[in-house]
Amino acid sequence: MDLFFFAGLISLALIKATPIAFGAMAGLMSERSGVINIAIEGMMLIGAMMSFLGSVLFDQWTGGAFPKEVSLVAGLVVAMLSGALIALLHAWLSIRYKVDQIISGTVINLLAFGITNFTANAYIDAERLSGVGIFPHINIPLLSDLPIIGDIFFKHQPLVYIMLIMVGVLQYALFRTRWGLRTRAVGEHPRAADTVGINVNRTRYINVVIGGALAGMGGAFLVLESVGRFQKLMTTGRGFIALAALIFGKWTSVGALGSALLFGFAEALGVRLQLGDINELEALAFLIGIGISLLALVWVVIKLIKRSRDKRPVPLIAIAGGAGLLFIVLALTVDFPNIQIPIQFLGLLPYFATVLVLAGFVGRAVAPAAVGKPYERG
Amino acid sequence: MNNFFERARKVGSNVNLGQMAVPLLAIITAMLISSLVILISGADPVKAFSALAEGALGSQVAIVETLIKATPFLLVGLGIAVAFRGGLFNIGVEGQLFVGSAITVIIGYSVQLPFFLHLPLALLGGMIGGAIWAGIPGWLKARYGAHEVITTIMFNYMALRVINWAIGTDGPMRAPRTTVPETSAVFESARLPILLADSRLHAGVLIAIAMAFVVYWLLWKTKIGFEIRTVGANPHAARYAGINVPFNTVLTMAISGALAGLAGGIQVLGLAPYNFTTGFNVGLGFDSIAVAVLGAIHPVGIALASLLFGAMDAGARLMQLRTRVPADVITITQGLILAFVAADQIIRGLYRIRVKAAHPEKKISLSETWGGGD
Amino acid sequence: MAQPIIRLAGISKNFPGVLANDKVDFELAQGEIHALLGENGAGKTTLMNVVYGLYKPDEGKIFIKGVESEIESPKQALALGIGMVHQHFMLVPVMTVTENLMLGNERTRGPNLGPLSTLNNQQVAKDIKALGDQYGLTIHPNAYVHDLSVGEQQRVEIVKALYRGAEVLILDEPTAVLTPQEADDLFVILRTLVADGKSIIFISHKLREVLKIADRITVMRDGGVVGEREPSKTNENELAAMMVGREVILQVNKGEAKPDQIVLQVSDLKVDNDLDQAAVDGVSFEVRGGEILGVAGVQGNGQTELVEALTGLRPTEGGSILLLGQQVAGATPRRITELSTAHIPEDRQQDGLVLAFPVSDNLVLNTYYKPPFSKGLVMQQGAIMKAAQERIEKFDIRTPSATTLVGTLSGGNQQKVIVARELSREVKLVIASQPTRGLDVGSIEYIHKRLIESRDAGAGVLLVSSELDEIMQLSDRIAVIYQGKVVDILDAKSTNKREVGLLMAGVAAKQKAAKKQAAG
Repeated sequence: MDLFFFAGLISLALIKATPIAFGAMAGLMSERSGVINIAIEGMMLIGAMMSFLGSVLFDQWTGGAFPKEVSLVAGLVVAMLSGALIALLHAWLSIRYKVDQIISGTVINLLAFGITNFTANAYIDAERLSGVGIFPHINIPLLSDLPIIGDIFFKHQPLVYIMLIMVGVLQYALFRTRWGLRTRAVGEHPRAADTVGINVNRTRYINVVIGGALAGMGGAFLVLESVGRFQKLMTTGRGFIALAALIFGKWTSVGALGSALLFGFAEALGVRLQLGDINELEALAFLIGIGISLLALVWVVIKLIKRSRDKRPVPLIAIAGGAGLLFIVLALTVDFPNIQIPIQFLGLLPYFATVLVLAGFVGRAVAPAAVGKPYERG
Repeated sequence: MNNFFERARKVGSNVNLGQMAVPLLAIITAMLISSLVILISGADPVKAFSALAEGALGSQVAIVETLIKATPFLLVGLGIAVAFRGGLFNIGVEGQLFVGSAITVIIGYSVQLPFFLHLPLALLGGMIGGAIWAGIPGWLKARYGAHEVITTIMFNYMALRVINWAIGTDGPMRAPRTTVPETSAVFESARLPILLADSRLHAGVLIAIAMAFVVYWLLWKTKIGFEIRTVGANPHAARYAGINVPFNTVLTMAISGALAGLAGGIQVLGLAPYNFTTGFNVGLGFDSIAVAVLGAIHPVGIALASLLFGAMDAGARLMQLRTRVPADVITITQGLILAFVAADQIIRGLYRIRVKAAHPEKKISLSETWGGGD
Repeated sequence: MAQPIIRLAGISKNFPGVLANDKVDFELAQGEIHALLGENGAGKTTLMNVVYGLYKPDEGKIFIKGVESEIESPKQALALGIGMVHQHFMLVPVMTVTENLMLGNERTRGPNLGPLSTLNNQQVAKDIKALGDQYGLTIHPNAYVHDLSVGEQQRVEIVKALYRGAEVLILDEPTAVLTPQEADDLFVILRTLVADGKSIIFISHKLREVLKIADRITVMRDGGVVGEREPSKTNENELAAMMVGREVILQVNKGEAKPDQIVLQVSDLKVDNDLDQAAVDGVSFEVRGGEILGVAGVQGNGQTELVEALTGLRPTEGGSILLLGQQVAGATPRRITELSTAHIPEDRQQDGLVLAFPVSDNLVLNTYYKPPFSKGLVMQQGAIMKAAQERIEKFDIRTPSATTLVGTLSGGNQQKVIVARELSREVKLVIASQPTRGLDVGSIEYIHKRLIESRDAGAGVLLVSSELDEIMQLSDRIAVIYQGKVVDILDAKSTNKREVGLLMAGVAAKQKAAKKQAAG
């Protein structure tokens, strides 16, 4: 393994993390305002299908008058709108009708599975629709020329950039702006928010719906920046992993990106392993190293951004960061012996990690206090 | 026996017509909306639904198919109901069903035993498998407050991956000399007897019905059931009353998972080709949630709801064959039914029903412990 | 007389099954403290929530400075200069004081990006500090609310209302969480506010403090106004009679205690709270059969944790609990129940009842597993119903039937279900935690009578209450708890409210410590 391989791996992990990070941000918007969202999977699936239909049909209806990029953008917009629309249904059921939010999420997921499978069979496959293509890579001028860093961060397709920007914006907005203050108040103590004149339910509607648009983008990524066409149930649990990433990230977008990257690395290593670029033990060492370093990195960022009461001692962060880097260096330099581990078992790691995270082995997360509870005056 | 009928009548009289109206109207409304979807896709909804009805009820074969399809819905729906009553959302029944059927199939093809031992042992193995696969998330919730919705979904994917590996190329469960990922078929001695000559109607149907009675008895007539329901209705009061809440959480999940595992085992031992392949019963878990909620989390209701869902699944094939409407429209219908039953105010508003809604305290709440216990 | 700042005319408010406000008239004059006196459930809070825009009245008119106003939201109320300090504070615990104060009324800096504008925390912090100092309300703008004491949180709430330009302050049971001394401090602040031209509505059910602070008193009962009095022209007995609708015996009748053998011996008990901080810090006391030991203290000084540890609901960190001579520190709730302990829990709806279950099941909630209610695995519905009928009758529980869901009963009857369940067994120790909180006078009298009956039957009673009056009336001995420590145990006959109040505030403890230091 060398540095270029390493850069390629991080870059790939970033790509694999993108849909998960979008999904996690969708969950963040929703849960910070007090609405549980287990329907991210369904919202992403709808977004994926609609981005495909949107781009293809736009291209057909305009008779190919526009370059394909315009059709792709049209697909992205349609994905966001449809994600928002199905999120509106979730909001409507759980806010207006006070349906248990987990049941409501199940409804959305069931509908999304049904609608996408139905449409795929009845229309997409029946008409043999083929995709318009995928978004091109955009090399950011100057920055992409930087050694290593340029390869990792600045030679991506547009949705990766949008995701990174959104993570930063959301993190800032949640803790520093009026919207963030109100959203957090509604999610923590809706009655307090109500007594100072904040419309609790409207705040929740808006957040859930915008979240739906973000989930739609996550789904669109799978089509518009990856395979270029829609496949049935193509989200394969990413929506649920996004939910885990959100919890692992302690309901912050930077934290969620960190955990999404961990899942991204696991996926990226799986790809490399299949290609035979590395062996199993190297991959494992690498994953452990990345995991610990990411944790340290997220701690640093949260400490900086929130200027917070985060009581984690600096030496602990330093030790974690150091240990993580050590593992990475080991993976890069030492030739580990070959041991056959079925690839599927490496694929288990993200799920396994999620369970460990939820069980609080990696630090306890505290959800917004009012999450899951419909708001009623009196 | 007299006693039995008396009890059955009592159960029946508890279900009053006003309460039945909402689910019935929910089903009808969901079908109307699905008709719209069918119409948009360019087919004739009347033709589609009559083909569906014919495929579900039109012949002896059709009715048998409905019963066979209803069987796993009933068992898994009961499993979800037990968890619901205990305040837990076992959304991972599908994984438990996989594990259950995998263990049943291993016992079925790897050992040779006389019939009266082999069949029960295989089914019991499946139940234990399902119980463990649900019990671990139960323990994680009881001990560490990890919410079961995400952990059980993760356990679904883990079960799927491991089993796919096991039946994949060179996997330990892969049948010899086959080109597709599947296991060997189970021995005759482990298969469920056929109830009706020359049909697919197997004895699993009876097991499922018996389980409905067992679950009813367990939940409402025994101490265990009282404890499960108390923990589900108010875990704080349960602790106060001296009930061991963590133990109950694990037990509830294990019972729930055992029922799902049993469903998996019956699918393997009751239906040809008596083995396990990829794509085995995918999607059944989510549909069964709709079954449990439509059935008001009560065994009698769930039995009726599973017949309906079984009929839909059984009829969908004929519908797809005759009218080219994809069978997936059923999933949409089922999602809508769940939505309308859960948000019964919509139905009450639409049809101006005056029957009083259930007491708010009786509404299900699964979302309270989302943040990881308290 | 000058124009009243608020005038309510014929306000009615209906909730399903309850007429919470029945044609209420009310006036608040500029610069007065107007007390709204009434029992729990008399409709005081509902009326004020109407004024504050949280509820929409079904009937009636609201005039603000003579102008008829429809107040449809708290936002509108605030715009009209009305601020409210709720009984349960409306502060977000995980946010800072500054964030809480500007919530809904944010000040931003930098470019105006609508909802995404950046908050100006520094400026607001400076402003609120100055505002607080003006009225003698010290607050720490950058502190997180969950780190503040209840007294500090109350000050934050008052500053919050003032920061929003409130001319009228509505205080809902503001002294419920304070020691008598803290309450006196609050009264000084209220006087400062009034001197500055603010007007105050003071909601309370405590006669004495109302007589002390108010310029005018309006008494409410069953949703309606009974009458209006001036403090100088009335007395406790008259107000009490108005509140309850009949002559009330303010004194509880009880005979001499006959203390017997020790039933509960607690020594050096240590218990942690949910945040792993020491909540009960080395507490020792004993309860004898035939006596009532009252535990006095401001809420949040470890009483909840103490009771939970005694009843097996919370692990102990040290010390011992001897119940009838047996060590029960860390024992399960069931074992403690089986050792003849009755527990009337602090939060009856959360801990004491399963609201979705029928009355009958709730009456056997902790004995369901024993004969005759269960045989083997199977529960005996017949025996359960029979016991339920008997207990409903004996304890005068007003319920349509034994199969009615407990959640549909009134608070008083819910508490009776718990009392019936707990006292229907053979009982050697009764642990009653806030047993009359939120109940009407009739139910309070009933519960008090039952507790004294238990004592006279030879059981030891541990009564934990933050109502000092209740402690004074019922107890034979009084243990005062402050910051997790029992600061003193007094003989009820030879002490008074003032002494207990000072101990509750930790004043005496500090003096003692100072003396000790001086001596040592």
